[in-house]
Amino acid sequence: MKSLSEIETTTKRASKAAGFSWGIAEEVGKSIRLLELFGLAGIKNLNKYYIARSSKKFENTNLINENNNSNELPYCPIILGVCFLDQIRSLEKFNKITFNKISYPLLILPFLSRSSEIIGKKIYLKFDKYEFLLNLNVSISSNLFNQDCPIITNDVEINILENKDNFSDQDWKSLYKISEETFVEETDSLKQGAAGAGLTDND
Amino acid sequence: MEIKLRDPNIIMKLSRLGSFHQSKLSFLRSFLDEFKDWEYKKDLFDLDEKGHGTAIYSFKKKDRVYSLVCFANKINDEERSDRVIATKWDAAFTLHDGVPLKQDIERLRNEVPRQEVGRLSYKELTLSRANKSVRVFNHVVESLSNGNQPDLELLKKVGYLYRTTAVYGSGKFGLADRFRIKNREEINGPFRLEMMLVYLVRQFTFDQVNHVARFRNPKTAVNLDPKICKKLGIGNSTGLGMAPFIVNHPTLLNNWIMSREIALKKIREIKKVNSDEVELFIKSVKNSIENITSWNTESEYQKKKITSLLENVQIFLKFIEKEFSFETNYPFNEIYLWLEKETCDECIEYIVSIMMEPFDDIVKPLISKMSSEEDQYFNIPSHRTIEDLRSIIEKRYPDILKINFDKKENHKNFWFISKNKEEPRYADRFEEDGSELEQPLAIARDIKKLHDQLIITKGSLTIDKFLIQNTDLRHVVRRAFIIEKFPYAEIQDNTIGEKVVPIDMLRLKLSFFGALKFDPRSDKWLRICMFQGAPLPEELKNYDQQWVYNS
Repeated sequence: MKSLSEIETTTKRASKAAGFSWGIAEEVGKSIRLLELFGLAGIKNLNKYYIARSSKKFENTNLINENNNSNELPYCPIILGVCFLDQIRSLEKFNKITFNKISYPLLILPFLSRSSEIIGKKIYLKFDKYEFLLNLNVSISSNLFNQDCPIITNDVEINILENKDNFSDQDWKSLYKISEETFVEETDSLKQGAAGAGLTDND
Repeated sequence: MEIKLRDPNIIMKLSRLGSFHQSKLSFLRSFLDEFKDWEYKKDLFDLDEKGHGTAIYSFKKKDRVYSLVCFANKINDEERSDRVIATKWDAAFTLHDGVPLKQDIERLRNEVPRQEVGRLSYKELTLSRANKSVRVFNHVVESLSNGNQPDLELLKKVGYLYRTTAVYGSGKFGLADRFRIKNREEINGPFRLEMMLVYLVRQFTFDQVNHVARFRNPKTAVNLDPKICKKLGIGNSTGLGMAPFIVNHPTLLNNWIMSREIALKKIREIKKVNSDEVELFIKSVKNSIENITSWNTESEYQKKKITSLLENVQIFLKFIEKEFSFETNYPFNEIYLWLEKETCDECIEYIVSIMMEPFDDIVKPLISKMSSEEDQYFNIPSHRTIEDLRSIIEKRYPDILKINFDKKENHKNFWFISKNKEEPRYADRFEEDGSELEQPLAIARDIKKLHDQLIITKGSLTIDKFLIQNTDLRHVVRRAFIIEKFPYAEIQDNTIGEKVVPIDMLRLKLSFFGALKFDPRSDKWLRICMFQGAPLPEELKNYDQQWVYNS
């Protein structure tokens, strides 16, 4: 088994060799480490992408907008991921961000995961039949498990989710009621001795 | 009275960092302090008459066990090499997490002696190998087998029976990643398990030499006197592999230096000291003279430093005994100011280290602050502006911005990773090939380049927009924002200039390890000694805290 430290170091070196700057290579190292830690096929997808880069061209993202359309070439997932991470505070205002073509889309996941932690909001990602919930860089929920991720996708949707409960009011009330069974009914004399009792709050 | 922390622009110069010495903050001393209450055991000692075979040593407390698994092998004299290109060693070691099962030992027997080409698992924490000092080892065997103790002069000159040539940890070659163990209470300082490995290896070398002597002549053999054992440590040959570490781990470097600086500041702020504290300080300085005078090296560079250190320490002793009164207010501040005025860098840092000896209450709480959660500071705050970044760089890198990198002598060298051993190396870019594959360790040059670019960029622009067009500067943008929070995180010197002495970087790191007797063999590698004078495992429960000076 390879350690995460080995994964990060080798990924960083390979990314530099693939033509990225050292600063970007450092980002990729951290990101692939994260993917592998979450049990997703980071090394496999990155390896395939770097082999593809030697013979194919990819579009580099600059400023990310609400809707992003590459004319011919698919977006490079590394540059897109790094730009998304860098620009997350200005992207937060969009409810939905779309991209028409991204190669090796699994590789953008760790950048979205880290972005989720920076803004303190969950991020939802959908492409093809796959869905991912990036949860403040603590976990990634997905329906892609033990399956190969597509090497190119034509319709990517990213939603930055507002912080809200993941359950209904009814569920909460019901659980709260159960929790009340740990409370003890106070007697009148105890109530009179509690903090603030007997004083006027206007003094 | 409030004393300011020392200026990073002075302290973080390579010549100053290369003058650092071990102290109470050093990792091997804090390791001993942490593990002094643990149960030590020799669990297995299965060696043949030549001393080849397997041995296991452990430290145990409650449910936690750390086991050193040793494999001693036969190698021919011509195969023995301290260089990293070696493929065979007299002994190889790993620190196993827990009690190794039989199948673990068999697995490790196949992997550990192969070192870099072997594979370890998450159950192993550190990995190392060592070679005998053949001259000393054979002499000790010969003497013991004849019923005599060895020649103390020879032992004093060398200082060890074995020297390690590398100690690996933190995920190398499949070893456990640090995140798996970092929350353990006993791992509250850096390199703690590397120190444990070296300490237990030291004990193995004593047991092995006794064992071989006994087999050589069972009727007359005696054991090596424990008092002599105590005077022996473990040697270490260290090359450039260690140098990039302190550049690649800026927050960790900051936390090491910051702990030292806070300790010094607090000691200087003590208004009155008691007689016990004074006595311990003076005794430690006096006893330490023997360390300096027994320091053997062929290096002219180091000899000059030792001579100057010895002269300065003697002048200092004369000063505190004849001219100085500890009755004065803030005595250690007065001493520090005198040192700055009257002595060399090496002496200042030497005495600063010894100043910590009487003050456990100041030093001990700092030890747990010497690790770092580096990932917390990795993200670039890309919402900030060019003006912010420019201001940070001008404040934190004043001397570096004055360097002219158009001059050949200021960018003469480059750092690279060697293809055959995957180890960091250093070469002249105008004489050697490969500078296009330079590692990102020329921080001064790249910071200057970043600053040049920032000057011609609109101040209100945010970093995310700047990075779109300046991806080649991303690594130093990240760095500058780290240095904003961590003032001692950066070497304030040019690491690729003609005049750089790489062993200054090694000495800095080794001083925090707790190494003694730096012996440079060139400007790129040196030998040191660790744990010389340290208590033996059976003595840990009650040992002399100042053993470094009293050995």
